[in-house]
Amino acid sequence: MDISINVTDGVPIYRQIVNQVKYLVASGLLQPGEELPPIRTLALQLKVTPNTIVKAYGELEISGVLHKRQGSGTFVSDARPQLAMRDRRRVIEQRIDALLVEAYQLNFTADDILRMIRERKAAMDETGAEPAEEKKELKR
Amino acid sequence: MEHPVIDVKDLSRTFADKKALDGVSFSAAAGQVYGLVGSNGAGKTTLLKHMLGLLRATAGSVRIFGLDPVRDPAGVLSRVGYLSEERDLPEWMRIDELLRYTQAYHPTWDAAYARELLETFALDPKKKIKDLSKGMRAQAGLIAAVAHRPELLILDEPSSGLDAMVRRDILDAIVRAVADDGRTVIFSSHLLDEVERMSDHVTLMQQGRVTLSGILDDVRRDYQRSRVRFAEHFDQPPVIDTALAMEGGGRTWSVIHSGSIEQFRHSVHACGGEVVESRDATLEEIFLARAGRGRQQVEAA
Repeated sequence: MDISINVTDGVPIYRQIVNQVKYLVASGLLQPGEELPPIRTLALQLKVTPNTIVKAYGELEISGVLHKRQGSGTFVSDARPQLAMRDRRRVIEQRIDALLVEAYQLNFTADDILRMIRERKAAMDETGAEPAEEKKELKR
Repeated sequence: MEHPVIDVKDLSRTFADKKALDGVSFSAAAGQVYGLVGSNGAGKTTLLKHMLGLLRATAGSVRIFGLDPVRDPAGVLSRVGYLSEERDLPEWMRIDELLRYTQAYHPTWDAAYARELLETFALDPKKKIKDLSKGMRAQAGLIAAVAHRPELLILDEPSSGLDAMVRRDILDAIVRAVADDGRTVIFSSHLLDEVERMSDHVTLMQQGRVTLSGILDDVRRDYQRSRVRFAEHFDQPPVIDTALAMEGGGRTWSVIHSGSIEQFRHSVHACGGEVVESRDATLEEIFLARAGRGRQQVEAA
């Protein structure tokens, strides 16, 4: 699983893992039903204490992104996390605010950012979900 | 009754006229990784040696699995793996002799695991310890420390002076000890990014005292790094109560501070400034800020 840890940006490691797994699921690089690496394997790969992986998987399970199957492993859930519209908006709005502040400091306008979001989405679609999956998405 | 794996209470130790440990308390629970950080001479090695019973407590107490490691060395050491900073291995032995010798003291020795590690590290068992490179010595020492699958693994500066490959072997051994067997690990290190990755708990020692100790994520959350802009220029950093360290100049400063963001914002406002952004501080930032503050206090004293 393609996850990288950065210890210089102040984000707790378990949170970096949570965010990146969510990203991998959202972008289709991790498909519903797909199995995640066992705790030991991912800890060895990332060079982090196994308890950090336990914590990250635990949080992803609570938010409905992953689920454990008794006696086997940890899998990507079929359903998207169920949150109330208001909560879902709030999560995204916080991210947008942070993005806009950063953009302002780096001299990008809101229009630049909108264009870049579309470009990133297009790039994500190319590397991520299969065309068939895309169609299913649209019908939903 | 369950004992904590490590239980050190109010431990003090004086060498000649220098206080090496000054009222240190520390405890460790099973299945967790504890990172011990601090400058050279802060007392890390002295503390670890007390846990192994290599030093006798002059004041305070040390219990490992509820046992006194000085009075019951066999009971404690058979359940502990130790890699010393100096990797003081018997120079005249060959690697296979070292492992046989270590095995004799440890009924729980896992010969298959020892063999697997020898192969992974590509070590020649017939080689004499004195002919080994620094990295190979660390690898040989590591096998001797982990092959009996100890309940407690104590590593003193395990990565010190090693290249990235051997450092990875050491980190792998820590991960495996915890993931496979639910063992407890305590390691000291000056590589703060390594401590940040590998530790569940972190303890900072300064001048023989524990000055900061807790769950790593909690410790990190208690300290923030904020960028601040002031209306006027400052040649010297302005005084802000909760600031531990300030870097920068003129109107823009970067501040490591503790306590609540609201309180910090308030203090910054009072100096005619505003907080541009905040994030959790990294262990390195916290460590440097605390160490800098320690120095100032010494100078002031």
